[in-house]
Amino acid sequence: MSNDAPVKKKRKFELDPRLAAYKGVWVFIEHERGQVHPVSWELLGEGRKLADMLGVELAGVVLAAPGEGQPFCQEAFAYGADLCYLMESPVLKDYRNDPFTRGMTELVNTYQPEVLLLGATTQGRDLAGSVATTLATGLTADCTGLTIDLDNRSLAATRPTFGGSLLCTIVTLNYRPQMATVRPRVMGMPERQEGREGRIIEHPLAMAEESIITKVLDYIPDDTRDKPQLPFADIIVSGGKGLAKPENFQLVWDLARVLGAEVGASRPVVQAGWVELDRQVGQSGKTVRPKLYIAAGISGAIQHRVGMEGADCIVAINNDPNAPIFDFAHYGIVGDALQLLPALTEAFRQKLATARRAG
Amino acid sequence: MHIAVCIKQVPDSAQIRVHPVTNTIMRQGVPTIINPYDLFALEEALRIKDRTAAKVTVLTMGPPQADDALRKCLAFGADEAVLITDKVFSGADTLATSYVLAAALKTLDAREPVDLVFTGKQTIDGDTAQVGPGIATRLGYQLLTYVSKIRELDADSRRILVERRAEGGVQVLESALPAVVTMLEGTNEIRFADMPGMFRAARQEVERWNRDAIGVDLAKVGLKGSPTVVAQVFGPKPKAVKAFRVAGDTPAAMAEAFVDRLFADYPHLE
Ligand SMILES: Cc1cc2nc3c(=O)[nH]c(=O)nc-3n(C[C@H](O)[C@H](O)[C@H](O)COP(=O)(O)OP(=O)(O)OC[C@H]3O[C@@H](n4cnc5c(N)ncnc54)[C@H](O)[C@@H]3O)c2cc1C
Ligand SMILES: Cc1cc2nc3c(=O)[nH]c(=O)nc-3n(C[C@H](O)[C@H](O)[C@H](O)COP(=O)(O)OP(=O)(O)OC[C@H]3O[C@@H](n4cnc5c(N)ncnc54)[C@H](O)[C@@H]3O)c2cc1C
Repeated sequence: MSNDAPVKKKRKFELDPRLAAYKGVWVFIEHERGQVHPVSWELLGEGRKLADMLGVELAGVVLAAPGEGQPFCQEAFAYGADLCYLMESPVLKDYRNDPFTRGMTELVNTYQPEVLLLGATTQGRDLAGSVATTLATGLTADCTGLTIDLDNRSLAATRPTFGGSLLCTIVTLNYRPQMATVRPRVMGMPERQEGREGRIIEHPLAMAEESIITKVLDYIPDDTRDKPQLPFADIIVSGGKGLAKPENFQLVWDLARVLGAEVGASRPVVQAGWVELDRQVGQSGKTVRPKLYIAAGISGAIQHRVGMEGADCIVAINNDPNAPIFDFAHYGIVGDALQLLPALTEAFRQKLATARRAG
Repeated sequence: MHIAVCIKQVPDSAQIRVHPVTNTIMRQGVPTIINPYDLFALEEALRIKDRTAAKVTVLTMGPPQADDALRKCLAFGADEAVLITDKVFSGADTLATSYVLAAALKTLDAREPVDLVFTGKQTIDGDTAQVGPGIATRLGYQLLTYVSKIRELDADSRRILVERRAEGGVQVLESALPAVVTMLEGTNEIRFADMPGMFRAARQEVERWNRDAIGVDLAKVGLKGSPTVVAQVFGPKPKAVKAFRVAGDTPAAMAEAFVDRLFADYPHLE
């Protein structure tokens, strides 16, 4: 989605002098079971751009168990952070709303950032909602574009609205920090810079376990072995309602097999039960960023588009030359998907066989 | 046990149309529905009622027409309904919405202590998932989001044990009442409203609370109390460069021409 949509209604306002002291862009470094969620690195990539526009530093915020946070800080530097705020405490071992909200609000009140970004994950949304309420500031959800309105240094956050049929740009004027969440894979992954360094500012959390009511009794990891992993696939072949019959969807699987691709689908296909829910691409499904996205019999409704337009190369197969998908695809093949899919499977098979023989 | 369920009336987004020329929303005649996610919350509350004879009160902040949504909840089996309505509440973002809902829940709690508050995971219009955390934070209740299952609930010991959807797994959380639970979708299925339920709902009074009934600071409600401001609404832009159209007489010829072209443009794909 366009990141540079102009903010039309300019509001004249004088930033409260107390708020003018708020400086810097922060990214919450989310982790679970010792693994940082990649959305945090994606946000550092985006945060870097915002910090550069504002001429301020980019910071990662790491809340973790004692001894756990240092490596996360080092990674954050490699992905572009200038410094990290590190808060370590036994009560921060597993994610829980109470201690994380306490820790984050204390850091914000002490070091005063002007922008705070979090992943729109189950953890990030849980935390962001509580932190924004405690700080009494604005929080824009599920942004697809972030930029700075340099006239008043405000964060202009773009997000889909009304079931995704339109976009809106939201600003948080006389409040700090300006908070926003972004879904995984909406922003690109920044280049990792090995050996890049930064400062660590440690801050304690004075909170005893006895004062925390909610306890984590257990964590049952998902069985991911057989689950489709669309968000990180390099190639995705997706089918839509244009394929007309569940049997025809086999043509999508055939092409995917030749390409070593994952299979995706539009919502009506999932709702009709042709493929499982984990394969739905779009606003209410997965956001994907493959190198190659082939869409067959998909109209390109905005709710589908927001989930896949981050792909490097989009190929659309549709028998309607005016289908909306041709407005944003890189290659358009106008014709019957039921004939084109097998033809493509064959053409790719031959091409890849030749390439392999040559290589 | 007293359970409060927060519901929101939303436009049926499947039926929203955008004006092709002006790019504005054509709201006229768009039917409203109960936010689908809230039905999972309501059903969970009703199941607890079935088991333990708990009392279920539904609340919504909205325009007078939201009365319809509350009556549907009564027909499903909720005991009481409160419509929090006042023109000063309109234009609220999530911060101002959770402020008003928390004030209403405090008013309800003073009349009959509230043990558990249910909300949906998110709405289909604002779609922020921020109101549940906002309410819990304001009331100082325990916050349990994305709950897929309530394993145990005991009013006497005040204990609640839930499964919560986390990234890459499920957290099993033990907590204490009062708590705010945001329910995950697909965890149950809303029951049918039966005839006696519908008759009762039609006759029953829906309470109306305005700013005075819940005692709010006017600077914190509605548009004025909302830090976020919508600066602009716009339609998606077509890409500047139109798609490259693949030509060919037969599907096979088109496929071949396309594959050649693709690998020429993106050699790294091989
Ligand atoms: C709140 C909300 C959330 C939503 N979330 C999502 C989401 O996450 N993901 C999603 O995908 N949708 C989502 N939708 C639905 C979305 O609005 C569209 O309805 C959906 O994407 C359309 O799917 P489709 O393109 O497969 O089907 P259709 O719109 O029916 O399009 C079928 C296309 O196939 C073409 N076609 C027909 N026959 C052939 C043929 N033989 N060969 C080639 N082409 C052919 C047609 O020209 C047409 O363009 C959401 C909607 C709402 C309201
Ligand atoms: C297109 C659009 C975009 C928006 N973007 C933002 C944004 O980025 N940030 C922001 O702060 N506000 C935003 N708003 C305003 C926000 O939608 C309203 O504040 C709304 O009243 C509550 O938020 P929600 O619909 O996102 O609810 P969610 O937080 O998604 O709702 C969660 C649950 O809270 C309960 N609930 C929500 N609203 C009510 C209610 N009125 N009465 C009773 N229970 C309720 C329901 O149980 C619901 O399932 C946006 C509104 C629109 C129309």
